[in-house]
Amino acid sequence: METILVLKNLDKKYGSIHAVNDLSFEIKKGNVYGILGPNGSGKSTTLGIILNVVNKTSGEFSWFNGTKSTHEALKKVGAIIERPNFYPYMTAKQNLKLVCKIKEVSTQNIDDKLKAVNLFHRRDSKFSTFSLGMKQRLAIASALLNDPEVLLLDEPTNGLDPQGIHEIREIIKTIAINGTTILLASHLLDEVEKVCSHVVVIRNGVKLYEGRTEEMTASNGFFDLKTEGNQDKLESLLENFEGIYSIKKEADGKFIAILNRDISAAELNAYLFQNNVVLSHLVKRKPSLEQQFLTLTNSKS
Amino acid sequence: MFRLLNIEFHKLKHSKASKVLIITYFILLTSTALIATINFDFAQVQFHLAEMGVFNFPYIWHLSTYLSSAIKFFLLLVIVSMMANEYSNKTLKQNLIDGLSKKEFVLSKFYTVIIFSLASTIFVFFVSLILGLIYSDFTEIAVIFSDLEYMLAFFIKLVGFFSFGLFLGILIKRSAFAIGAMIMWFMFESFIKGMLHWKLKGSVDFIMQFLPLESMSNLIKEPFTRFSAVKSIAKQIGEDLSKDYTVHFFNIIIVIVWTIIFVYLSYWLLKQRDL
Repeated sequence: METILVLKNLDKKYGSIHAVNDLSFEIKKGNVYGILGPNGSGKSTTLGIILNVVNKTSGEFSWFNGTKSTHEALKKVGAIIERPNFYPYMTAKQNLKLVCKIKEVSTQNIDDKLKAVNLFHRRDSKFSTFSLGMKQRLAIASALLNDPEVLLLDEPTNGLDPQGIHEIREIIKTIAINGTTILLASHLLDEVEKVCSHVVVIRNGVKLYEGRTEEMTASNGFFDLKTEGNQDKLESLLENFEGIYSIKKEADGKFIAILNRDISAAELNAYLFQNNVVLSHLVKRKPSLEQQFLTLTNSKS
Repeated sequence: MFRLLNIEFHKLKHSKASKVLIITYFILLTSTALIATINFDFAQVQFHLAEMGVFNFPYIWHLSTYLSSAIKFFLLLVIVSMMANEYSNKTLKQNLIDGLSKKEFVLSKFYTVIIFSLASTIFVFFVSLILGLIYSDFTEIAVIFSDLEYMLAFFIKLVGFFSFGLFLGILIKRSAFAIGAMIMWFMFESFIKGMLHWKLKGSVDFIMQFLPLESMSNLIKEPFTRFSAVKSIAKQIGEDLSKDYTVHFFNIIIVIVWTIIFVYLSYWLLKQRDL
């Protein structure tokens, strides 16, 4: 698969603050990536570095296998950063024309892209008269002008109302279906879970996890189980079962058995029944991305 | 280069404030030249500047470039705000993300400075030429096109001055404060001049000529004492006003060096900064 972007040991220090710490990952063509992290974890700084607006302290990054200089590569990239920045005195259309001139693409696309984000009827209104949602949609139209190979989004739904959030997500999904590579930075887990195929979790500038989204949520399933019979026997049976690495006893008599391999509920039930333990309660659960995220970000503090 | 100019003119074209200032500037350029055509009539003494020879070639090149450079402040406002607004609107960040390099960004501004200066020079050239052809006592080709180095000096002076404005715009990021800084710097140079006069009498001018604003104002010296009518009056009261009014090559070099320093420093600042 074609590599779009490589980050190698990227480091950024603001005085004594270590915003990005030895960060490495790769973006392959056709995937949708999420960069997940709490506020202030270094997501925006990382995007700033690869977008040529923040200077790295050390490390390397290269776009499209390093065949182009960064600013040339950025002409093939569409990016939306936290706040949409346009010239307030220009209309939507004039602003997009300027972007076309900078990216050296034809201005033919402008009307289509404005229609795609539902702003065509406001094309001749000044940017300063737009609501935040409209500004954000204009930013998306602007990022799509060059039919980019990769789209970078930094907190695209930040500060929007539910209606606005929904609109932006629909637009992103449509873009993703068309096969555009997307890199989405967010602290909203459901957003990442819904949209992204791959995820990179960072905290305090350090990478905690990198992999497929479903692997992150599915890697450790757990059982919720209870018996009216012999509690100690159940505990020792669970301890001896291969594939269970920890057991926790809850206050209400429930056991939580955390798995390190994929065990079906039937398999466990059969094993316990053969050993004369009858369960009154058995549920297999998968942790949500939120639980996983909190586990990851809290464990290494 | 044309791509960068095209980008910059797109930004200026749609800004009402910039348009008003630019138009005002060019109207004022015309009117400074026209002021002199006014007839003064007081106490039965007719005072008509045009007939006193202020529009004589080649003196007019000196006079018009000197007067015109006084209104460069209007264009300075445009230059400083076109730089500082990119910071306050954060459009600088957006431009870079869209694929403009930092070098291209500074160059697009500098090319615009050159175009503005060139346009002003051409404008002043034609206004002076027309006024001269109407009022000058001498209209031989050789006389008309003598002393044209004042036009070159005018161009270099504007480029240097606006580059200074560009640099202050990037350094301070706020139009009003950048203009304020320019005024502060002017006061600082005057202060230095005063101190030098006080402490070491002889070599004041030698040191002062290296400072940016002083070097720019040295390019075109005041033309009034050169005017023959003024000179003859001065002679009657026993004052000798003759001094060196020519444009010095060394002076041009100093201003060009400052221009390079300002543009390079702007680029350097931009490169160092995280946006």
